[in-house]
Amino acid sequence: MTLETAERRMGWGLVAPALLWTAAFFVLPFVAMVALSFAHMEGREVVRGFDPGNYVRIFTDWTMLKALLNSLEITVVVTAVSVVLAYPLAAIIAFRVPARWQRLALLLAVLPFWTSYVVRSYSWLLVLGQNGVVNKALLGLGVIAEPLEIASTRAATVIGFVHFFVMLLTLTIYANLIQLSPNYARAAADLGAGRWATFRHVILPLTLPGVVTGAFLTFVLCIGDYITPQILGGNNELTLPQLIMLQLGRSGNFPLASALSVVLMAVVTLAYFASSRWLRLDRV
Amino acid sequence: MARSLSLSLTAVSLLATVSPSFAQELNALVWCDHTDPALVQPFEEKFGVTVNLKEYEGTAAGLAILEQSQPGDWDVLVIDAVDVKRAVEGGFMAELPADQLPTADFFPEVVMAENNTVDGKTYAVTEKFGYNTISYDKTKVDPADMEDMAALVSGKYDGRIGIYDYYLPVLGLVALGQGIDTADITADNLGSLKDPLFKLRAASKQVADVVSAQTALATGEVDIVVGGGEWLTAVLAAENPNLDWTIPKQGGLRWAQSIGVVSGSTQPDLALEFVKYIVSPEGQARLATSSCYWGMPANAKAGDALTVDQKQVLRWKEQPDFLKRAQLYPIPDAALDTAMQDLWTEMLNQ
Repeated sequence: MTLETAERRMGWGLVAPALLWTAAFFVLPFVAMVALSFAHMEGREVVRGFDPGNYVRIFTDWTMLKALLNSLEITVVVTAVSVVLAYPLAAIIAFRVPARWQRLALLLAVLPFWTSYVVRSYSWLLVLGQNGVVNKALLGLGVIAEPLEIASTRAATVIGFVHFFVMLLTLTIYANLIQLSPNYARAAADLGAGRWATFRHVILPLTLPGVVTGAFLTFVLCIGDYITPQILGGNNELTLPQLIMLQLGRSGNFPLASALSVVLMAVVTLAYFASSRWLRLDRV
Repeated sequence: MARSLSLSLTAVSLLATVSPSFAQELNALVWCDHTDPALVQPFEEKFGVTVNLKEYEGTAAGLAILEQSQPGDWDVLVIDAVDVKRAVEGGFMAELPADQLPTADFFPEVVMAENNTVDGKTYAVTEKFGYNTISYDKTKVDPADMEDMAALVSGKYDGRIGIYDYYLPVLGLVALGQGIDTADITADNLGSLKDPLFKLRAASKQVADVVSAQTALATGEVDIVVGGGEWLTAVLAAENPNLDWTIPKQGGLRWAQSIGVVSGSTQPDLALEFVKYIVSPEGQARLATSSCYWGMPANAKAGDALTVDQKQVLRWKEQPDFLKRAQLYPIPDAALDTAMQDLWTEMLNQ
């Protein structure tokens, strides 16, 4: 056995557990899910076969289509708002906070991660309610005369999401910013670039991989989330995960739930290809 | 090696000899009210066992769990009383010895033999019941208005209503509002419920699960919850005595949950003991006032174990009238069930 063969075998040996794990807990379940998505229900029984009816229904039934559109709209808004808020926060931590305090600043930035996701969502419900902190403060300051309707709206869902994802994006963007040599900015300044021009033409392009990576992760986590829209949205509109849960928990319609899940995965895959040019998962 | 194996086997044999006659763990698939330690601990202490409880919501989810389990994984099942037959047809429930169950002490209306019995065999016993009707904050709305469902869509309470997110009771209530008995809902007349359901939705602020509906009512986010009842407000009564519930003149829905032994249980005797404990007066009083949600005990003798205040919150004295005016949940076949859920989903995504 040559050295090369031995090394190749050792490489496969090392990677085999991960491959087996992926095959057992991702590939096989995924294949099963795709197969089930082509089954259909007869009464309360699942009838296996090759019936594209679930997919036809998803793209022709307005209720289903609207859930997909709702998910996309919410996810795009959340991703955009989170990036806009997280970038300056990450930049302040990376460039303005003294190095010895940066760890503490990051710790404070991710502190809300330490609480339960469900508890945090219910807490937002109380904060945004008619008698919640936000409305009471605005009423007390005389900014508004009547309480704002925030809880149980899409705005509440977006606020809940943004609160969570700003933390995630701050970390990914910070990781990118901190790797930038200050010499880039100095060189730009030497060449006569102002702060805005330096940011636009030097800093932003160099940190784009971190931003896109964080945005992609935000997109994936947000579009697949069930808890936040369920608790904060007041069921005033359905998102795709809520629709999937209705099929699983209420109807027991596993084929339709599988088809909806495949569509959800397809959307995430499209998002991946759209952003793959800039994606750098090693920057997370 | 052989000596060591022999010693081990001897030790196992000795352990088996000195252990209680029941196994050490009982696995129960339940609704959240059974997870109150105050309910389960007395049973665990008496029999020296651990009761493992898994919560589920919705019959479809519960039956899916059973389908994906091995025989013997589960010993006890709590299920919507109107769905017992569905579970029996699926082969998930074992026959119970009817003569060992205290149904003679039950409120007669909730014995529900037609639901708990199949082909003359008893498979489950009602353990708790209550109403899906209208809960409200009596300081925020006119209680007299709550006696008539029409007031909900009169415009007076627009944006102050929450709807309980469960299609069966709410569609049942909407049907009652249209003069259709819950048992008479069919695929043919389901369409006539769409307009009133959507009007109710338009007047509402949210469609919420149990916790969200409770939170909304308690915090003043909404003043009325359609589909609510004692199960929604009673647990909040101590902190907020302004929360109340009533059955309007059109009627309300009666919910009931049953308990039984899962077929294939490896410890059916212990499972039966658990069922008997739950329907005993003491078990019933604890279940009725569970920290998750309150409800009327099926066993009327539980009244002796409840305090005056607890009975007041449960409207104990009014039960004869309420029981007369409340109808059972709709029991749709698979096709009607699908149609009802599609209508509900459409309403949610209106």
